Amino acid sequence: MTPIPLPSDPGRDPDSEPEEAAGVAADQNRGGVVQARDLSLTFQTADGPVFALSGVDLEIDQGEFVSFIGPSGCGKTTLLRVIADLEQPTGGTLSVNGVPPHEARLSRDYGYVFQAPALYPWRNIERNVTLPLEIMGISAAERREKAREYLDLVNLGGFEKKFPWQLSGGMQQRASIARALCFDPALLLMDEPFGALDEIVRDHLNEQLLRLWAKTQKTVVFVTHSIPEAVFLSTKIVVMSPRPGRIIDVIPTDFPRDRTLDTRETPAFLEVAHRVREGLRAGHSYDD
Amino acid sequence: MSLAVNPWMAAGAVFALTALFFPLGAGEIPLNWLDFPGLAILVLGFAAACAWLARGWVAGLPLGLLLVGAVALGGAVALYLLYETGVGGEARLGFWLFIFALWATAWRGLDAIAGFRSLNKSAQRGVDLLVPLIFGCWLVFLWEVVTVGFGVPQVLLPSPSMIAVRLAGSLDILAADFYQTFVKAVISGYLIGCGSGFAVSILVDRVPFLKRGLLPLGNFVSALPIVGIAPIMVMWFGFDWQSKAAVVVIMTFFPMLVNTVSGLNAAGALERDLMQSYGARYWQTLLMLRLPAAMPFIFNALKINSTLALIGAIVAEFFGTPIVGMGFRISTEVGRMNVDMVWAEIVMAALAGSAFYGAMALCERAVTFWHPSYRQRR
Repeated sequence: MTPIPLPSDPGRDPDSEPEEAAGVAADQNRGGVVQARDLSLTFQTADGPVFALSGVDLEIDQGEFVSFIGPSGCGKTTLLRVIADLEQPTGGTLSVNGVPPHEARLSRDYGYVFQAPALYPWRNIERNVTLPLEIMGISAAERREKAREYLDLVNLGGFEKKFPWQLSGGMQQRASIARALCFDPALLLMDEPFGALDEIVRDHLNEQLLRLWAKTQKTVVFVTHSIPEAVFLSTKIVVMSPRPGRIIDVIPTDFPRDRTLDTRETPAFLEVAHRVREGLRAGHSYDD
Repeated sequence: MSLAVNPWMAAGAVFALTALFFPLGAGEIPLNWLDFPGLAILVLGFAAACAWLARGWVAGLPLGLLLVGAVALGGAVALYLLYETGVGGEARLGFWLFIFALWATAWRGLDAIAGFRSLNKSAQRGVDLLVPLIFGCWLVFLWEVVTVGFGVPQVLLPSPSMIAVRLAGSLDILAADFYQTFVKAVISGYLIGCGSGFAVSILVDRVPFLKRGLLPLGNFVSALPIVGIAPIMVMWFGFDWQSKAAVVVIMTFFPMLVNTVSGLNAAGALERDLMQSYGARYWQTLLMLRLPAAMPFIFNALKINSTLALIGAIVAEFFGTPIVGMGFRISTEVGRMNVDMVWAEIVMAALAGSAFYGAMALCERAVTFWHPSYRQRR
């Protein structure tokens, strides 16, 4: 991939450590967990450049639950992967927990939940959940303790010795959430975690996730293409649009946090959902 | 249950009955079944039992075991006729029709046993083992009967009993050959070949230019014919087992290299991203993700190599060796027309090769228990 010329990006330059240190202090004062300025990412392909992200400005504060919603190809997953340092932006600045994404990744500032559970079939559930702890060099006794704690948190107590392929899809995804949480990262990045599950399981897991979020006080960034899911879960909804991938609206959902599935029938909920749908419709080019 | 007549059982009855009307052996006064009234009555009883069972009164495992028992009895009669009455070497239609009757009955019996289904796992397992065992015994019996019955010269094909006698009579020679070829050459060559193939594949994976430079070279080496390589290895490493081990190393290195290299790329993108998101180091990703994911590939190579190694060592001994070794014995005994000794060596090589392969397959099952092809058995 050839980076296209863009304004200088001190955040991604490993040679500019002093500048970065100053940036850390400034960012921490403002309390933003994720801060993006004019972020862009262009993939060079044989068919010409693909503008996956273009001019993205975004601020996510401590304790927020932010959803990225948009049609496929709008760059919502790419944006999450850029935050996780799994993709490199080609322009703009980005800080995660006050440091560049690369440093945030190496200091294990975030837990990432993928579209699929990505549990390793040769490890039992307990050893899957404690995989990050093993990488971090935590002692076996403490790992076992953490596994029990976080498996209980996602209602999987007693399944420690089972193998992933002996569990249902919903249980597997819950185990992968426990794995993302067990090393207590400040930030939880979730990429359509319930996309492959059926609606009933999904509703159930949405409720559980809300409770989990209230209990752990984590900052959550959540990618979805379901409007009800986004409105139900989020404190803030980021509506995105494709070609080029960009943010077209940021919608606060300020109804109370103690939501139940019935919340989805209230006028306030429907109003926000309507606004999201309008936003998506406005941003969507119907030429395809 | 349908009471239709089973064709195999009917054939068994008809063959057994017809056999009684034809001579057993050749000679000036041909032997007939009537010369052995006891046996004739036995065969008559056999035919009657087949006819009765053909209606399907008994089915499933009991029928199968009953028939196999009957075939075993009939087989004993056939062997008695061959060895004790002079039928051997000049068997005639009456004898062969009886063998056909046994064949049809054995077929139906195995069919019945193979159809056995039980929820009891150990019972099912036992019966599943029984089927190939009975089938193998039947083939050996047929081999014995045909070679002895037609009087096939032992240079062309010795009978199993001759091979067994030779095998039992030369255990010390066979043990020495086994030690020389299998324990010294095969095992050491296998360990070095697979080990170095594995080590180089890690290196190739780590250093990109090696993948482009070394893999084609490895491919080239693996395409070298073993009969060309073996004499050169004998020149380099001497007559003893070291040169045979070298041939085995060359044969086993490349399958291991190629399989491990592709195995190391078997882990999915998501699983790799996961490791990256934890800031895992190269060797952590290698040990915790990529090597476990490569295990099915690595065991594939280990299994392929287990048989390749034995072939390589035996063939290499044709090109110069001290006066011991399986390949040496085969090449010299065939020159001395001692074909039964050659077969004894072949039997030993087959047993050793199967055991080696089986051991690898068992290890594979234990290590890659998580793989979809083994999961349901847990």
